[in-house]
Formats: sequence, C-alpha cells, structure tokens
Amino acid sequence: MSENTKIIMTAPQSPLSRLSRLPWASYAPLIALLVLLAFSAIASEHFLIPRNLTNVLRQVSYTGIIALGMTFVIIAGGIDLSVGSMVALVGVICVMLLNWFGDGWYAVIFAIGAAVLMGAALGALNGLIITRGKVASFIATLATMSILRSLTLYISDAGEVVSENSFFPEIGGGYWLGIPIPVWVFAILALICHVLLKHTAYGRHVCAVGSNATVASYSAIKVRWVYFTTFVIAGAMVGISAVLLSSRLNSVSPGDAGLFYELDAIAAVVIGGTALSGGKGTIWGTVIGVIILGIINNMLNLLGVSAYLQGTVKGLVILIAVLAQFKGDR
Amino acid sequence: MPSTAQASLAVQPIMQIDNIVKEFSGVRVLHKVTIDIFPGEVLGVLGENGAGKSTLLKILCGIYQKTSGSIYFAGEEVQIDGPASAKSLGISMIPQEFNLINTLNVFENIFLGNEYSKGGLLDKKSMRIRTKALLDELQTELDPDALISTLSVAQKQMVEIAKALVSEVKVLIMDEPTTVLTDHEVKILFALVARLKKRGVTLVFISHKLKEVKKLCDRLIILRDGYLVSIDDVDDIEEADMARKMVGRELNQIYPEKVLGQSETVLKVANLSIKGLLHDINFELKKGEILGFAGLIGAGRTETAEAIMGLRTCDSANIEINGEPVSIDNVGDAVACKMAYLSEDRQGKGLVMNFDIVKNISLISLAKYVRGLISTKLEKQQAQQYVERFDIKAASIASELINLSGGNQQKVYLAKWMDTEPQILILDEPTRGIDVNTKKEIYHFIHEMTQQGMSVIVISSELEELIGLTSRVIVMREGAIVGELCGDDINDQEIMYYAAGIKGGV
Repeated sequence: MSENTKIIMTAPQSPLSRLSRLPWASYAPLIALLVLLAFSAIASEHFLIPRNLTNVLRQVSYTGIIALGMTFVIIAGGIDLSVGSMVALVGVICVMLLNWFGDGWYAVIFAIGAAVLMGAALGALNGLIITRGKVASFIATLATMSILRSLTLYISDAGEVVSENSFFPEIGGGYWLGIPIPVWVFAILALICHVLLKHTAYGRHVCAVGSNATVASYSAIKVRWVYFTTFVIAGAMVGISAVLLSSRLNSVSPGDAGLFYELDAIAAVVIGGTALSGGKGTIWGTVIGVIILGIINNMLNLLGVSAYLQGTVKGLVILIAVLAQFKGDR
Repeated sequence: MPSTAQASLAVQPIMQIDNIVKEFSGVRVLHKVTIDIFPGEVLGVLGENGAGKSTLLKILCGIYQKTSGSIYFAGEEVQIDGPASAKSLGISMIPQEFNLINTLNVFENIFLGNEYSKGGLLDKKSMRIRTKALLDELQTELDPDALISTLSVAQKQMVEIAKALVSEVKVLIMDEPTTVLTDHEVKILFALVARLKKRGVTLVFISHKLKEVKKLCDRLIILRDGYLVSIDDVDDIEEADMARKMVGRELNQIYPEKVLGQSETVLKVANLSIKGLLHDINFELKKGEILGFAGLIGAGRTETAEAIMGLRTCDSANIEINGEPVSIDNVGDAVACKMAYLSEDRQGKGLVMNFDIVKNISLISLAKYVRGLISTKLEKQQAQQYVERFDIKAASIASELINLSGGNQQKVYLAKWMDTEPQILILDEPTRGIDVNTKKEIYHFIHEMTQQGMSVIVISSELEELIGLTSRVIVMREGAIVGELCGDDINDQEIMYYAAGIKGGV
C-alpha cells in the first residue's frame, strides 16, 4: 500500500449513526436507574430501608426471570406473549402435582423439575408453531396466550389451587444470607444468561439471527433451530418463575396468576435497551429494566399514589425508553 | 460527440456548488468543493469508495445538509434542507438501492406522494394514462399495473427514472446506475440518457467504470479523499489518467498474471438440476484454477453456486470433491467440505451490518475460538491479522460494518470466509460497486491464493473482469451451460454470443 491510499477514511454513513455509537447510549438504562435511585432515596425515607429493598427485589424477580428468557426471544427477532398465561398453567399443574405426590422435600424437588420441564415443553410448542408452521411469533403466542389461560381455568375449575406441602413455601418465602431465595435465583440465572448470550457461540448466533436471518443462514447457522431454542429458554424461565411465585403465595389463582407478566417482561427488556427489532441487547440491561420497573411501583406505593395511576406511569416510562432507543437508532 | 461542454460555457450554469464543506461529527469528508453544472450536460463524478461522491450528491438532493458553503440554482442561492425542497427545484436522485414499494404496482409507485385525485378519491385512470405516456417515452414495454416485486432490477430502475420524470426533473442524479445492469440493459440506459439530454435534462452520473464515463459523459469531475482533484472535458482525458487521478498514483497491472489450473480435479459437479431453474449442469474445477462464470442476469449462475453450497434444494446433483462423492444439504456441510461462497448481495446475505469487524469475521469459524467460552482475545488477534493482510480501513476492529465503505466491507466478507480455510472459493460479483484500487487488491489476492493451491470460481457480469482474471469461462443461459471458452477465445464477443444465444443454442 502506498502512502496516498493509507489516509483514506471510511465515509461515515450518517451523522446520527455516529451518535448512537457514543457510549452514553448503551449506558442510558444504568444512568436512568441511578437517577431513579437518587430520587427515590430523597423522596421517601422508607425507600432505603433494607427490608424495603429486599422486598422490591423479591417482587421483581418473578417477572425478572421471565424477562431474561424474553431477552433471548426478542434479540432473535421474536416476541412471546404467552408467558403470563404459561405462568398460571405451569403454576397450577405444579401445585396439583405437589398435592398428588404428598408431603416432603422430594415432592418439592420433583414438582420443581416437572415445572421447569413443562415450561420448556410449552416453549418448544411455541417454537414449533413459529418455526415449522411459519407463523409470526406475535400471532402464534397471542393464540397460545389465550389457549393456556383457558386451559388453566378449565383444569382448576377457575378455583384457587392451594398447596398442602409444608416445605413448598420455603422456596419462595425463604432467605439465604438475608436475601430472599427468589432474588438469588434471579441473580444466578441472570449471570448464566449473560454468559450464554455474551460468551458462547449460541449467544452470538442468536444475535446474528435477529440481525439478519438471511446472512445467518448463509453463514452456516441453523437459523430455525436457534430461533426455536430461544422460545424453549423463555419457557424454561417461565417454569422457574411459576414455581417461585406459587411457592411464595403457597397457592395459584388461575385467573390472576401471571396476568400481564408478558407486558412487564417485554417492558423490562425494552427499557434495558434491547432493540425490539432484534439483533442486539444485553442481559444486564434487562436486569436494570426489571429493577427500574420495580422501584417505580414501590415508589408510587410509598408516595401514596393511586394504584389506578401506576399503569400510566409504567406506560410513560416504556414510551420514554422506546423514544430514546428510536433516536439512537436512526 | 458534440462538445456541449464548450457550448455551455456561454450559458448560465443551472447549478453552482460553491465551497461546499461537509463534516460528520467533526471529521471533514468534503473540503471546499466548487463545481458549476451546466444545463443539458452529462457530468460524470469519479472517485474511489469513500472519496466523497455520494456525500456530495446527497447534499445536492437534500439527504445530507452541508456544513458550510453555498448552492446556487439557476443563479439564485438556495437552501436544500430536505429531499422535498430538492424535488421542488427539480433535482431528483436515483439511488443505488431503489426506493420502491414492492407490494404496490408501477403507477402507484411513480405517483407515490403526489397522487392525482378527483373529488377526494384517487384518480387512477389519469395516473395510468400519464404513467403509460412516461413509459412509452422511456421506450420500455412495462405495464403500469405490474407489481414491483415481479420486475427485474433493470425494470425497477426504469420505474425509478419514470418516478423522477413525473415531477418535471431538471437535474437527475444517478448513483452507479449500471452496476446492477447487464451489458444489454446498460445500452438501453445509455440510449435513455441521450434522450433525456435532448429534453434538456442535466444528468449527474456516478460510476466506477471508466469506459462508461468516457462514453457517456461530456465532462467529468474527480474526487479524492474529499477534495476536488480535477474537472475535465471528457475528450481531454484518457482512462489511465482518470485512474491515476482517482488513486493519486500510477495504477498499473490491475490484473495479475493468469494462472492455469493443474490437472487434478477438486470439484466435479454432474447432473445438477433444479426444476425451472437449472438444467443438467456439469462442470469441473481444477486445482489452482480461476474459473469464470458468465451470463446475463437470471442465467442461473448464482443459483448454481447456491445449489453447490447447499443453499437450495436440488432435484438431482452429483458432487465430487477431490474425487470423493459428497452430499451437501446445508451450508454447514459445504463449509465442512472446505467450500466458501461470497454472495453477490454482501449486505443482504453476507455480513451482519450491526456486528463489528471481529464478530463478522469469526461468525462461521466461531468454533475455532471457543475455549469453553469464546476467547475474544484470540478472535481479536485473528481479526487484526486480516485487517493488516487485506488492508481493511476502519476506525478500529470494533467498528460496525455499517460504518465501512463498500470495498472494505467486501474485504471483511472475504476475511470471514478465508477464516474457514477453504480449498474452493466461489466469488459472486466480487467487485460490484468497488473502486478500482480495491478491485486490484482483490484480484491480486485471488491470484495469490491460487498459487497456494486454492481453486476459485468467479461469477461476474463484468466481462472485462472475466477476461482479465480467468483462464477458462463457462457461459450460462436460461439455467443451462451453453458454452465454455479457454485462452484467447475469452473475449467480449464470444462470451456475448453464447450468453445471448447466438451461439451454443440449447
């Protein structure tokens, strides 16, 4: 190469594409969380009490775990609307299995295993409809959302299903080192998911499929398999979440359990900076998104804001997050 | 050719570009460019990738805003602050990537955004009539009601031109219009340019093809690294000078010495058929050979390559590699057989545009870098080596592909497949939309690889490329192989005879 050609710069595509590459864009969720924390600490004296903080974390861990799975689905270019109904179905069946199996720890372990497997199987069902039946994920999971909720109501006869196992409540209600068990589970799963997404070939393939499925298939990536497995992961996460939730309450109410969880999970993923169009996103972003939603709920309660207005605030936060993302992308 | 450039010196320029500067986040990509454009002339714009051609023209049609300088239109200073204001002045651009809506038909696209209406409802009849008149004027047989998705690339380009003409265009900017066309279609486009010129339309024409510029343009400007290097009457400048001014130094030996294949056959394809697409394709590729595939667009060359790579389901195919029969059902199988395929559609099928250079290069060969987890250190080291070996110009290896010029993207694409350590490399239009200097680098790289025993298939619509690079050319037409040329028989005329069906009838 001669001296002359060395100096040729690559022409920037557009001024805005440069803006999106500034580091602040990717740290926006973290900055938002810090601002929210500072505001909350000042606005309410009760906020920083350890008990309150652990409660917030416990409350968010159920949807948080689901949001971890949702992150994979959304990065791969899909969406899963059925997770809320799936929580209810898996929860109901989990508790029914538990009662059928009798008392004791082994029953709990068996029920947990069954719940996770069932979640994964239901996720696989979604995945099959989408990849084999070539149905858009939005439509396919809209249908299964309705089907799973209705099945839940049917098998429970629309009545609350209560666990008779004396060990079961320990999981969702217990603590280890002063931190609730569900928070531990959420943290460990988040770590595993982060490594899976960021540091394995599988995670790289998920991003490639979501960015451009054609390029992925021309690059020897098994696109349908990768897309399918993201729904399986989402389902397995739902299974874990369902166990924790029903254990915490020691019962499952088939009509209410997991209601609107899909929206909370999707909102957390989006607030965390994952593009709804797929291709890029992070697990830590989702974790932050989940915590932001949790703190907002908590603060609205602490400040005595009407429960009816909480949806408005949540909606506004989602809008702001998407608008910020949209500006960064264009 | 009548020297309109001379004549036009007497008339007032239709457009004056005065000291235009453009910066992206403080990086200056255009340095005080000053040009006068005269009515009715064809102005060629030459330059390497990243020289600032597209940036300049995008400023003229309102897609980018200038940082400083002024633009005069018909003698008056104008502010072009968006495509709409450019359009109202009569400036239109035909982009490289067409802006057509596939689900609408021809006339709906042509009138998109300024539909005729009568009493609040669309006046489809008038739009159809006007469209028909326009298409007649362009001398194309297009049906105003044809769906865009059913059209060929050349036809889509016609629709874009018609779309520009429907709103009294005075200056028509074409960004590399011929890269997607076959030779025959290029002739039609050239005839059209001549007719537009007669109507008094001013044409600004970006191209990489020096011959074309020489033939088509009255004057040409050359940009290099954002500077205006020269403005010449086309009759006063030779192609060699154009190339020299573009790269800033003497450019000799674009093509390396030809290599002949060895006797050993590495790839044998027999009875390859796909119903309606490919008919009984048979050929052999020798070790160390560069084999060309010629033909018009739609002749089945890309389909042949994709079938070999396991990207298409074949009705029949017997493929042997190094004498061993292999069965290739997907790209993974092909990679395992040490085959590589660079698609003609580098952005749509080749590279993940929002991945960085490192992740793109390792996408197929990722398993190599897994030590339990992916070792980003190994990955980056390898990417760095390719960046140096191919002279890939980017801010860093962490740059997303979207921020690289076309030539550098192509080099990353090549690196991505080289990282799979292939023995057989299939290149589909490897230099489409790439400047002459990068082309040369790629040619010499291909040559170097064949010296090391790699075998290469080059699919190209640029006859010059096939003639310069390959030692054997297979010509396809309508999904079948219709001819094979060797040595001195490889020339424009012979290839076109076969490609167009004058020789080698099926």
